Amino acid sequence: MALDILYFAWVRERVGVGAERIDLPAGIATPLDLALWLAARGGGYAEAFGDPSRLRCALDQDIVPLTADLANAAEIAFFPPVTGG
Amino acid sequence: MISVRVQPEDFDVGAELAALEGQGGGAVASFTGIVRADDGVEAMTLEHYPGMTEKALTALANEAKVRWPLCGVTLLHRVGALRAGDRIVFVGTASDHRAAALEACAFLIDRLKTDAPFWKKEHRSNGDSWVEARATDDAAARSWEKGKAL
Repeated sequence: MALDILYFAWVRERVGVGAERIDLPAGIATPLDLALWLAARGGGYAEAFGDPSRLRCALDQDIVPLTADLANAAEIAFFPPVTGG
Repeated sequence: MISVRVQPEDFDVGAELAALEGQGGGAVASFTGIVRADDGVEAMTLEHYPGMTEKALTALANEAKVRWPLCGVTLLHRVGALRAGDRIVFVGTASDHRAAALEACAFLIDRLKTDAPFWKKEHRSNGDSWVEARATDDAAARSWEKGKAL
């Protein structure tokens, strides 16, 4: 299943791109699973995803816990805690 | 009236207040956020998540309208390059009476800080750094869960 992944703030800077599309590998059920799978790519991905406790995520533009069910989401975003206002 | 805008341009506080005053209520409250020159901050860049930002701000405005009897809500946030002293955010509320307008305004700015996907990067003469989220902001946003509303 195709999944669009978006990256923001220092996650985007470390990964080096703002977005990419992947075919979701078998066995990836949650954003946390995906974060660990991305970290295993090494390099900037390891820097961005090495400590998932620093990350927040949104599924189809709703903030959810990293342990949420990816289900049939079309878009996932990873980012640091927000700092607007 | 709910007006949600995310834009690089500055905004006219007087015009925003006048629009809220025209909603027929007896009270208008507002909050304007300004870029502080903390610790030598000369400028900052505001990044956001286009699409989700507008959706999150609209959801917050609707939540405020459910909790307080509001006839107007304006949420305006700038993005892109900003300098110290620039306006960055405006929250305005209109209601029949002051308590609802004031409380809803405080609720909206507290929750905007934890719910809306914006990220600040500060620029100083000695380098750039992403702003870290503050536990005090999380606590302020959570305080609205405890039935502080009217």
